[in-house]
Amino acid sequence: MPIKSYLAHPVSGQKEELIMALRNLKQCEVVPAENQNILAVVTDTSDEKEEQILKEKIEAINSLKLLSLVSGFNTPHN
Amino acid sequence: MDQSVTNRRSFIKKMAMLSAMTAAASMFPGILFASEQEKGIPKGANLDWKKGPCRFCGVGCGILVGTENGKAVAVKGDPNSSVNKGLLCVKGYHQTMCIQSKDRLKHALVKKNGKYVETPLAEALDIVANKMKTTIAQHGKDSVAMYTSGQSTIPEGYVASKLMKGAIGTNNLDCNARLCMASAVTGFLTTFGADEPMGCYEDIDHADYFITWGNNMAEMHPVLFSRMLEQKSRRDVKIIDFATRTTRSSTASDRSILFEPQTDLAIANAICYEIIKNKWVNKSFVEKHCNFSKGITNMGYGLEDNYEFTDKPEKINFEAYKEFLKDYSPEKVSKYSKVSVMDIKYLASIYGDPNKKVVSYWCMGVNQHTRGTWMNNLIYNIHLLTGKISKPGDGPFSLTGQPSACGTAREVGTFTHKLPHGVVMNQKDRELAAKIWKVPVEKIPSKPTYHATEMFRAVDRGEIKFIWTQATNPLVSLPKTGRYRPAMEKESCFVVVSDVFPTPTSDVADVILPAAWHIEKSGLYGNSERRTQHWDKMVEAPGEATADAWMFIEVAKRMGYGDLFPYSKENHVEEIYNEYRQFHEGSKHGMAPLEVLKKESGAIWPYVEGKSTQWRFNAKYDPACSNGEAFHFYGKPDGKAVIWQRPFEDAPEKPDAEYPFWLNTGRVIEHWHTGSMTRRIPVLHQAMPNAYVEFHPDDAKALGVRNGENIKVTSRRGYCVLPASINERGLPTKGQVFVPFFDENMLINDVTLDAFCPISKEPDYKKCAVKVEKA
Repeated sequence: MPIKSYLAHPVSGQKEELIMALRNLKQCEVVPAENQNILAVVTDTSDEKEEQILKEKIEAINSLKLLSLVSGFNTPHN
Repeated sequence: MDQSVTNRRSFIKKMAMLSAMTAAASMFPGILFASEQEKGIPKGANLDWKKGPCRFCGVGCGILVGTENGKAVAVKGDPNSSVNKGLLCVKGYHQTMCIQSKDRLKHALVKKNGKYVETPLAEALDIVANKMKTTIAQHGKDSVAMYTSGQSTIPEGYVASKLMKGAIGTNNLDCNARLCMASAVTGFLTTFGADEPMGCYEDIDHADYFITWGNNMAEMHPVLFSRMLEQKSRRDVKIIDFATRTTRSSTASDRSILFEPQTDLAIANAICYEIIKNKWVNKSFVEKHCNFSKGITNMGYGLEDNYEFTDKPEKINFEAYKEFLKDYSPEKVSKYSKVSVMDIKYLASIYGDPNKKVVSYWCMGVNQHTRGTWMNNLIYNIHLLTGKISKPGDGPFSLTGQPSACGTAREVGTFTHKLPHGVVMNQKDRELAAKIWKVPVEKIPSKPTYHATEMFRAVDRGEIKFIWTQATNPLVSLPKTGRYRPAMEKESCFVVVSDVFPTPTSDVADVILPAAWHIEKSGLYGNSERRTQHWDKMVEAPGEATADAWMFIEVAKRMGYGDLFPYSKENHVEEIYNEYRQFHEGSKHGMAPLEVLKKESGAIWPYVEGKSTQWRFNAKYDPACSNGEAFHFYGKPDGKAVIWQRPFEDAPEKPDAEYPFWLNTGRVIEHWHTGSMTRRIPVLHQAMPNAYVEFHPDDAKALGVRNGENIKVTSRRGYCVLPASINERGLPTKGQVFVPFFDENMLINDVTLDAFCPISKEPDYKKCAVKVEKA
């Protein structure tokens, strides 16, 4: 059950669009920086396959310029 | 999912979010997520936030630790702390995660027939006390030693000093701060007669220029560096990075100037030469407030056992000093420093501009130097000649590495020569200590004994038969560990180690005592800007883990010194601090009362009539100034600071045909010193799992070395194998390699040289000669 965190850099002027697009993905938690053009993103999925599909969805968002992985954790199933 | 799994998952999500935020903070200093941090805390959590200082460097950031059901579950920056204003670095955010490590030392371990046996703490303390007593009875009081830490709390350092110097009557007490800022101390004492910086962090808000001398602040003091970058984004402020290696600090600075190792001595003199030549000297300031002196040169490097040195200061005049500087014209110095004449003149012009405020920052690059005291003196010379000192935004500022290197090591005085006020050599200081400690003054010896390096040499020679280390890991952090590891393994010395986790040092111990981590006990730390900070115990320590101060007290009682240590287990921190404060009464070093420190995020000493003193020696801010002038350097009997004539001298070991590279060692942002705590924090360990050897790309190409390839780094003392790193974290100059020292599996200190500054006795970890080859 992976939990990963990323830094998402929006295309210039499209920070709000990126926040909306990411918040529409139910496995994503988004915290935008208040004074910089960057978002902290945490993804919470049930397995690596779902994580990979989610990552592809994120990378397909037009307002996203760059997605960089910060940390990855794996928690055991119940 | 059951509740515990849900909670754990929420916790991990929160940590993942914090990792992202802190990564962002390293890229965008000053970035704000602050209001969001609390939103990340699990819903329904009933957190109790308690204030304290961060555990992981000398900056002394204020933290708030969120506890729930007796566990620390979150950390955030304290917005009320003027040090960090709510910011934290990656280590700060994750610090409490280490205390839950599976291999945490929870019980005392006593070595029996070659194996460690879990032993009740009371029994282990009996063994320690008995061993100390019998060793003293058989071999004399100077056969026992204690080696403590700049991570020890103020009460811990105080009790250690009282036990060794006041009760037992030996000066065999030194600490790991000897390895990181002893040169800063001797620099302050020789120039000003009073230790610790005259300014404070608020200088950052006023300066026009920051000049960092061999100091990678972006990684080692990231919150202060963030504050500097924030100023840069707001107003016309410039950062000049002056170093031997290109780092994150260099790339974030306005100018990066690289110099050949050891030649900082010559360049500092060249700056003074230019200041005088261009008539940038603040004549009235120098005439009123400065003397000129010179000392002994060609002092040696302390490479031989039992090395001793005492400087003999001799007064000179301005003209003699000016004459001396003729050897340091930019044109002459440029030839061997590899710094262009233009860059030397540029640096001098910054200091020389009367309309610009300049702060100089330095830490290990200047202090871990075989002429570390001299380098400190030389930076002070620049500020004294120009009068840029003791004013908001103008001043030299020596940064520390450990959370209480100032508060404990320097102020309490856990060095062989120190007392809580003054030095053992001074009769009046011994009398004051004897009075407060309630011991006969004859009990306190007047002669210092072993500084850190010499202490472990004495273990090797068999002179020290018992050593107790606390909150430190010398078998990773000492230079030339290849000598000192076998020394500590010898039967001739009984080794006691107090620590939170097993380390290579505890591996050689006869008794291991389980120590409480900082938030598991109450305490006080003192940071780089003379700020004393108090915290209350936040969570219970596991098993029998106990505060070091209390273990010292228990041993003292068992040795028959109970009457000198009449403290209660519940309130010993408060009782000890109140006793200790008596040493510093007065306007020059008065400490804030505990009730103030409990309420506020620290107070800066001298604390006089309810107020911190932010700039010492300046009559406008410092009530201790009494000479009727604008400035008063009252640490010296005549109230004047000293401009020292200190020459350039070579390093003891330079690259040659057999060992053609300089070796420079240091730290990385993810790890705290020897990594015993931060390597147990998964986020930090994953981010930086092992050490490496950094190459300049041209050297790597010439040697055919590729990234990640295993390289053997060899000196005349030993070798270490590490993966190569090219164009990654940092970029050494050609002919130099850099290795971080946090990794106990890749012990680069087997390779380093145990040469030290003859005045401060601080080793030089930045320069020795090595060869490199594919492993």
